[in-house]
Amino acid sequence: MSVLTIERKVLEKNDDLARRNRDLFAKHALFVINVVSSPGSGKTSVLEQTLKYFGTSLRVAIIEGDVQTDLDAQRIAKFNVPVVQIVTNGGCHLEAKLVNDALSNFDLSNIDLLVIENVGNLVCPANYDLGEALKVVIVSTTEGDDKPLKYPGMFHHSSVLIVNKIDLVPYVNSDPEVIKRNSLQINPALKIFETSCTTNKGIPEWCEWLRSQTKKRAV
Amino acid sequence: MHELSIAESIVDIVHQYVGQEQLHAVRSVRVNVGTFSGIVPDSLEFSYQAITAGTDLEHSFLTLERIPFMVRCRECMQESVSEDGVVACALCNSTNTEIISGRELQMKDIELEDMQQEQT
Repeated sequence: MSVLTIERKVLEKNDDLARRNRDLFAKHALFVINVVSSPGSGKTSVLEQTLKYFGTSLRVAIIEGDVQTDLDAQRIAKFNVPVVQIVTNGGCHLEAKLVNDALSNFDLSNIDLLVIENVGNLVCPANYDLGEALKVVIVSTTEGDDKPLKYPGMFHHSSVLIVNKIDLVPYVNSDPEVIKRNSLQINPALKIFETSCTTNKGIPEWCEWLRSQTKKRAV
Repeated sequence: MHELSIAESIVDIVHQYVGQEQLHAVRSVRVNVGTFSGIVPDSLEFSYQAITAGTDLEHSFLTLERIPFMVRCRECMQESVSEDGVVACALCNSTNTEIISGRELQMKDIELEDMQQEQT
């Protein structure tokens, strides 16, 4: 038997493409976030509220990732922002190449913030770097407070946690403090926001933080 | 769910290192898989067998080495294993730690059966 030593990341090809995306984003001083969550946590709703809040004060573009349909892109298009829908046709995550292909639809020099809404899935998207500055993970109060402990991989990789549907706490068996505590056990560095897309609670705080991060990038 | 595309990436890398005429000599492909790499080992092995069936790599198999999730504590400077992904130091309970292993998905080596005996 002979042995060929390799020592290479299995997803090196994706990582290389992600690096290329990252270089491109840097060239255009573009702040890019990758939003991940289970299906139904409210990624698109948080985006809608975010776009509503910013209005024309920030130039935002959106990439929507879904297994099927362009329903989310239709929702986003109502805000008159550039949006591209990636349909993965069964694929459970976005990859750097899909994002790279989608970028040709945007005028990157006219965008301050690019939001990539990943496919609803708390496992697979953790493995695939898209070139983003950071991952934002959303957990809603209806999902169970133990989500962070059940899906630690995604929380290790994320920098921001949004606890969404905070208005439903009186009606569901959820304690946001437990969600936050569980999340911090997995990743003590998480920056945390609590939001409701129905009452708008927490949306201004989230948006102003996002604006400050975007401005930092533009300097 | 994404183990199939991971298996395809592994096969691609094997093709980069092993010439067409030697592919059938590949026996084992060793990959380090961290506890929190997001990979289900059984599913990855199944996917690899499924996509190599009927190809020159048909008689090869994946050898997955499980890498434990470990943190290094910046307070007590000790390293400890965490089974559940919680990053607190197992010895002093501090959360001022850094993750040092357990998220890798890394090709290690390819084992090939020697062809020389057949030639002599």
